[in-house]
Amino acid sequence: MGHVPEQVQRTPETAPPEAETVVIPAPRSAVEETGPPKLHRRRSGRAVAGVAGGLADHLGVRVLWVRVTFALLGGLGGVGLFAYGLLWVFVPQNAKEEKKEGTAKDRQQAFGLIALGVGLSVAGGALSGLFSGWVAAPLTVALIGAAVVWREADESQRRRWRTGAKTGVVGTLSGAGGWSAAIRILAGAALVMTGVGVVLLRSGSMEQIQFALLAVLATLIGVAVLTVPFWVRLVRDLGEERRARIRTEERAEIAAHLHDSVLQTLALIQKQSGDPREVARLARGQERQLRSWLYGPSGYGDKEKSGSEGLAPSGGRLSEAIATACGEVEDSFAISVQQVVVGEAELDEPLTALVHAAREAIVNAAKHAGVDEVSVYAEVEPTAVTVFVRDRGKGFDPDTVPDDRHGLADSIRGRMERNGGKCRLRTAPGEGTEVQLEMPIKVGKVA
Amino acid sequence: MTDEAKRPVSVFLVDDHALFRAGVRAELESITEEVRVVGEAGSVAEAAAGIARTRPQVVLLDVHMPDGGGAEVLRRVRPELPDVVFLALSVSDAAEDVIAVIRAGARGYVTKTISSKELVRAVVRVADGDAVFSPRLAGFVLDAFADRPGSAPISDPELDLLTPRERDVLRLLARGYAYKEIASELFISVKTVETHVSSVLRKTQLSNRYELSRWASDRRLV
Repeated sequence: MGHVPEQVQRTPETAPPEAETVVIPAPRSAVEETGPPKLHRRRSGRAVAGVAGGLADHLGVRVLWVRVTFALLGGLGGVGLFAYGLLWVFVPQNAKEEKKEGTAKDRQQAFGLIALGVGLSVAGGALSGLFSGWVAAPLTVALIGAAVVWREADESQRRRWRTGAKTGVVGTLSGAGGWSAAIRILAGAALVMTGVGVVLLRSGSMEQIQFALLAVLATLIGVAVLTVPFWVRLVRDLGEERRARIRTEERAEIAAHLHDSVLQTLALIQKQSGDPREVARLARGQERQLRSWLYGPSGYGDKEKSGSEGLAPSGGRLSEAIATACGEVEDSFAISVQQVVVGEAELDEPLTALVHAAREAIVNAAKHAGVDEVSVYAEVEPTAVTVFVRDRGKGFDPDTVPDDRHGLADSIRGRMERNGGKCRLRTAPGEGTEVQLEMPIKVGKVA
Repeated sequence: MTDEAKRPVSVFLVDDHALFRAGVRAELESITEEVRVVGEAGSVAEAAAGIARTRPQVVLLDVHMPDGGGAEVLRRVRPELPDVVFLALSVSDAAEDVIAVIRAGARGYVTKTISSKELVRAVVRVADGDAVFSPRLAGFVLDAFADRPGSAPISDPELDLLTPRERDVLRLLARGYAYKEIASELFISVKTVETHVSSVLRKTQLSNRYELSRWASDRRLV
């Protein structure tokens, strides 16, 4: 488990968004696929950006009605255009859709509706006195400029933008995209500037305060419109890049772990194949290690679900301490220790003593019982922790144990009693041995 | 019983590792006449079709599989073939995986390191209608039914609590005691032990206890 530090460090990043909702029966692979279908912009058969088409697919209605709705909403002070723009920015394009072109009639209809929508918006704006003819013209110019830039930022240029995301802002705006992109961006920017400039000049001569305000507003809109798609995409690309990096790192970590553990052990087993006891010992040790790595309390498989709880210092839990003790005995005495732990508690001094005593009892069983399996059962109750160490081996008569044998007396009973615990022994020749250890715990220690 | 004993128990193997299936099959067939492997499957769909075709008495079911695992096989097969008995056989130490198959209707759970002789015994026992609790499963179930401070209100006390006797039986199971040893330890008959174990299994499967579904996350919060 030499990899724990890296795992712990990376834990917050690797926690998937569904972390809180995971329940018992959900198979890990299926979790990601569920949920309502996502809203995507259409890639093909679109008039502007595929927003209406995607919305139609999502809602299950005809695309024509969606377009009509947008166009009519355009009359309400430009709400339709605004909504369309927002959806354009925030709804990702469908990456997997197959190509299918809309009919010519469809396209014609769509362009008609676009004209209608824009017309209604401008007319609505003019009628409601939101802006006069003088402002409308430069504002329109600015908006068209922004639309050109925006068009450039669309996902049809995805790859370019992605390289852009890696090379920084300058690379995105000029390089990588080639001359046509640069020219279009410059033209768009120039148009926005022109629109803004005209408004500014006009307001200067008229000396009217609302024109100055409008100019500021126009500038802000221009800047926002120019940069928002860029930021949205930059964030998205960075997220994607990070995910890919995490996946790669994770794979490397798994490979490293398998190399350090499984492959090494298999190689050893090949060399030792004449000695079944040694092979069993190696296999058991390896199984335990891999198991705790995959399924253990701070294990690999748990990490993605447990999130930040994985940050708790390892070795501080009773179950882990017992598992470690059992593992050590398994390895040094080539026996199998079956351990079951119910409940969990933080280790403190008495509990550490309990684990040591239990370890000593397991060692005793391994040494003297003459069996190859020992059962260990630990249970955390509200007031005490009990551990049972049991074998089905020879057993002995406690009264005949020679005085010079201190294992049970000192290491187990003494240790328990010094920490306020109790130790009971059940054994008889031929009946196996069971050591019962009980350690009271302070209220509030039970976790 | 004598007639029954002569007819081997038909077993169907479900595991996504062909090598493991081959190993289990070879071992089962070489050591005993008591069980007969009638088919095997490596995926959920294959298992559902194969079980419907071969109508085995017992299905040895892997807990961890792609497309939904053992619990999914249970969900698909059980409504149509309620007589088929499932025994979970897993390498998984993740309690939630195991509890999920038990909840879905498996009659027992054993680990893959079990010896072939014990496996045969477990198969015969579930075929006879008994529940098979490995010590580890007993631990998982005890954990799932634990009364922790702050646990959810109990909706059906009848189902959502283990009686003290059931708890004692489970504890002894978790300590690795055999039914006979549990019986003599608690001064009850083996039959009574079986009754307690079956009732614990039924509670695990029927319990509405909020704990059982929320359990995985609860456990991580401790």
